[in-house]
Amino acid sequence: MIAAPRLRRFRLSHEDRRNLRTALPFIAPWIIGFLAFTVYPIVYSLYLSFTHYSGFGDATGAGFDNYRYMMKDPLFWQSLSNTFYYTALAVPIGVVVAIALALMMNQNVREVAIYRAAFYLPSIIPLFALTFIFIVLLNPGFGFVDYVLGLFHIPAVNWLGDARWTRISVVLLAQLGAGGPALIFLAGLRAVPSELYESAVLDGAGPLRRFYKITLPLITPVILFDLIYGTILGIQIFTPAYVLTGGTSGGGAYTAGPENSLLFYVYYLYKNAFQYSDMGYASAMAWVLFVISVVLAVAIMRWSKYWVHYEAS
Amino acid sequence: MAVAPEIREAPSLAIARQPTPRPWRRMRFPKTLGARIGLIVAGLLFMLPFYWMANSALKNLQELSAFPPTLYPHAPAFDNFVRAVTYIPFGTFLLNSVILTTGVTIGSAISNPLIAYGFSRIKWPGRDFVFGIVLASIFLPFPVLIVALFDIFAKLHWIDTFLPIIVPAFFGNPFFIFLMRQFFLGLPNEISEQARIDGANEFQVFLHVIMPLAKPAVAVVIIFAAVQAWGEFLAPLLYLQDESKYPLSIGLQFYRQEHDVSYNLLMAASTLIVLPVVALFLAFQRFFIEGITVGAVKG
Repeated sequence: MIAAPRLRRFRLSHEDRRNLRTALPFIAPWIIGFLAFTVYPIVYSLYLSFTHYSGFGDATGAGFDNYRYMMKDPLFWQSLSNTFYYTALAVPIGVVVAIALALMMNQNVREVAIYRAAFYLPSIIPLFALTFIFIVLLNPGFGFVDYVLGLFHIPAVNWLGDARWTRISVVLLAQLGAGGPALIFLAGLRAVPSELYESAVLDGAGPLRRFYKITLPLITPVILFDLIYGTILGIQIFTPAYVLTGGTSGGGAYTAGPENSLLFYVYYLYKNAFQYSDMGYASAMAWVLFVISVVLAVAIMRWSKYWVHYEAS
Repeated sequence: MAVAPEIREAPSLAIARQPTPRPWRRMRFPKTLGARIGLIVAGLLFMLPFYWMANSALKNLQELSAFPPTLYPHAPAFDNFVRAVTYIPFGTFLLNSVILTTGVTIGSAISNPLIAYGFSRIKWPGRDFVFGIVLASIFLPFPVLIVALFDIFAKLHWIDTFLPIIVPAFFGNPFFIFLMRQFFLGLPNEISEQARIDGANEFQVFLHVIMPLAKPAVAVVIIFAAVQAWGEFLAPLLYLQDESKYPLSIGLQFYRQEHDVSYNLLMAASTLIVLPVVALFLAFQRFFIEGITVGAVKG
């Protein structure tokens, strides 16, 4: 039997019990908050996902209706594909940009503090404010970006009005957040023992070889964290799409950018819950998002076994 | 963590004293030239949004809509700021933002040290397993919860109040718990032991021995919580319905939807929203850097 040894293991010593009693008041706020604001909502959404519920009155049983409808809902699939498209571009590009910034900052440049500040600052600026700025920067009539492209004889792009470019614009916006990860990578680079490089130089390894054989393997744990965290943030993308499409130039309540190209998953979930009052369907979408996030995180973890280098420290 | 001095590595000797310089080494360019050019270009790109925001905020409407755009305001219209705060109900939105930010910050500053203490300075059975749950919850997308949370808060009659945004901050945030815990783990055990021998109970040890040492870490939590709350968009959008309760984030967006806000006034208002964050960053840069890199070594 499995139960017997388990029970024995849980027989706590006097000291264990005393420590548990001492610690409990400290961690109680987290336990209560976690149960009330995380566990209960997840369970409650699961229940709601099997109901028809407008937010008012009582929820009525719906069986698998919401999930069946989801499979046939073209907007659900479009929102999912928009979100994956965005995440698949923004996250890997973000990792590359962050590593590139960190590598340059690691070159013994004396005024590194200035660059560090410049790269980091945009990532703490409210996202909605950055989006407002992007609206002006990317304006097809008087925007700075199209003006600069014009100087290089590159035809102007209707960044926010052309369904092919709207998601790219949000990908670009996301790159302004690369400063935070860049600082984490920089700390990782500085933790690489310099003897490793010295002996590699003596062995005649060039800069590229040193990067692939020493630097890159040693920062793979940070890359893994950045990939997982970035992916989880990526599939939640909401604010830029809402700000870009909710303004006077947007298409009202029923579209999300040209050809619904900015209808990201959470945006559609939000619309279902709070604009169409379909809390049951929105709950089903929330649960699917939960499953997607777990699957993605686990998949990246599994995959990382092939490339993350763990030091025996 | 006590605000570590900047780590600045001396150039490693082996690279500096290359025995046989290759031909291109004879050129007078310093080794860092390429990196420096890249850094300056990237730095300008990252600063461009700030410059363009301020630039656009100071243009009159005619200059703003000119093509090619002027690279600096030829006729600076400083009254755009006055017009922005009078045209948009800026004062009301600002007050709400300040209340929300203050509430969330106070909640974070109280709850997270307390919780992190229980996960670091006391050894109890199952502690590391439970802490694993705390860490895992960092990766839970908040939007998964919004439908149910809205319904729960509606049943509590908390909709259209600040409570759904402020109250959860008093129950800890996994990232801040992690951050505080890392700091607490770095403090030697002897200081707690000494106080316990002197007859202090655990809460007294926490309050009178550990917390005075933890001020820099609490400062990091306060700064991050404040910045996060100041820019929060989704939660106020969900829970606040009356325009008079809107913070700047959704207030500005809502006002833009309902009325015609010209881009120069929008940029002026954005400048006023961004400015406090920039000021906070410049004043407490070290704390920001500490906070962002705290988990870096552990990976």
